[in-house]
Amino acid sequence: MSAGATLRAAGIVFAAAVLQAGLFSSIVVRGGAADVLLLVVISIGLLRGSVPGAVFGFAGGIVVDLLTLDTLGLTSLILTLAGFWAGRYAETTARGRRLPVLLAVGVMTVLASVFGLALHYMLGEEVVAKQALVTALVPTLVLNLVFALPVHALVRAVVGERPGFEPSGEVELVV
Amino acid sequence: MPRNRSARPAALGVSVRRVPSTQHTSRGASALRRRLVVGALVVLALVLISLSFRSGADGSLSGVQSAGATVLRPFAVGVERVSQPFRDAYNWADSLFTARSDAEQLRAQVEDLRQRAIQNEFAIQENAYLRRLLGYRDGPRFPRDFRAEAAEVIARPDGAFTQAVVIAVGSDHGVRVNDPVVTPDGLVGLVTHVTPGTARVQLLTDQQLAVPAIDLRTQAPGIVRHARGTRETLVLDRVRKQEIVRVGDELVTAGWRASGFSSLYPKGIPIGEVTSVGQTDTDLYQQVQVTPYVDFGRLDAVIVLVPLDSSR
Repeated sequence: MSAGATLRAAGIVFAAAVLQAGLFSSIVVRGGAADVLLLVVISIGLLRGSVPGAVFGFAGGIVVDLLTLDTLGLTSLILTLAGFWAGRYAETTARGRRLPVLLAVGVMTVLASVFGLALHYMLGEEVVAKQALVTALVPTLVLNLVFALPVHALVRAVVGERPGFEPSGEVELVV
Repeated sequence: MPRNRSARPAALGVSVRRVPSTQHTSRGASALRRRLVVGALVVLALVLISLSFRSGADGSLSGVQSAGATVLRPFAVGVERVSQPFRDAYNWADSLFTARSDAEQLRAQVEDLRQRAIQNEFAIQENAYLRRLLGYRDGPRFPRDFRAEAAEVIARPDGAFTQAVVIAVGSDHGVRVNDPVVTPDGLVGLVTHVTPGTARVQLLTDQQLAVPAIDLRTQAPGIVRHARGTRETLVLDRVRKQEIVRVGDELVTAGWRASGFSSLYPKGIPIGEVTSVGQTDTDLYQQVQVTPYVDFGRLDAVIVLVPLDSSR
């Protein structure tokens, strides 16, 4: 990534993280809230590749964890993997698909919820699986899908797509 | 998808040397770099989680987190202020959508609170009533030679044929048949049946009960009994025409004692107030109507007067 694109991506990730912690997480619809930071990270991964997706996911997660005084690194781990997976998806199997953004957002919203629940559980925190996976997940999924295309368009306009972005033929399992 | 194959035709016996593909090498390096980066980030995140989790609120990492939060605080405050109108607008719109369910929920809460308020009101009234019972028991009006056995009213038999209540004390508490029952307001009735844990009290408004009484002001004697055809009205019967009884006079139990016998009721227990006095030329006695002091429809607790002299 060029320096300008990196700065713009950092700016939009930072703004998304602050807005997520201060605004979007408090707008709860039917028990769920849109995860705009996740959408931005997925979009960066889809547009710029797996490494930028992972790096900006990590950075955005750190900002959220600092703002919310949550366990440091928790959101970073989830968003790192989300950004990386989105990038790899764009580099490999997203080719030829009509709506890779919606597919990536849908899959990553579910996986991020399950992974987040597992992490919180492993850390010994009080988590209610029904609340996380049933009550909150469905509205969160719907909201993320609603916001997915506008956010992706915004990220594309701000960060741009990687020039000469040529999907590779190799598929690798990371996790 | 490019397959990295040479287009040169192969021939038997001719050594063909493949040219190392720079693209393939570049992709390998790219994959390695990718794995290194994501691996490092994952490890870093795990280290942060471990340190943050193990160090707790006073650990070294909390200082870093506090410093980071301090740096980010202006942004958070700015977002908070900027987003407040949007949040308010959302909450307003959301309240419109949820108004119906909120109204139903609030209605249920109001109903619940109303029930609680009623229960509390009952508790307050019961408390005041019990305090009055206590005050009566310890006061100067309480008859001598008796001890008080406070009892809760636990049942009311069908009032169509009998006027009685069942109270939660019995022979185990020393209660016996014919013990008088009172409240701070006045005479309630008489114990007519006793079990170890309960007793039946025949009320003053029952047809079968008659109580010797006197006019507290003029000492005019008579017998208080239930007035036929009414529910809770009493009459003072057997009052001779020469006796003076006036409206407003207070009637109390006579408590007579003669030839080794005595009335079942101690002397001086209030019964009621005279509400009308009349007489005809043909009647032998005056017609005196009495309103009892005790509200027999609201009996929650009573006092059984248990004689101290058990031989009585």
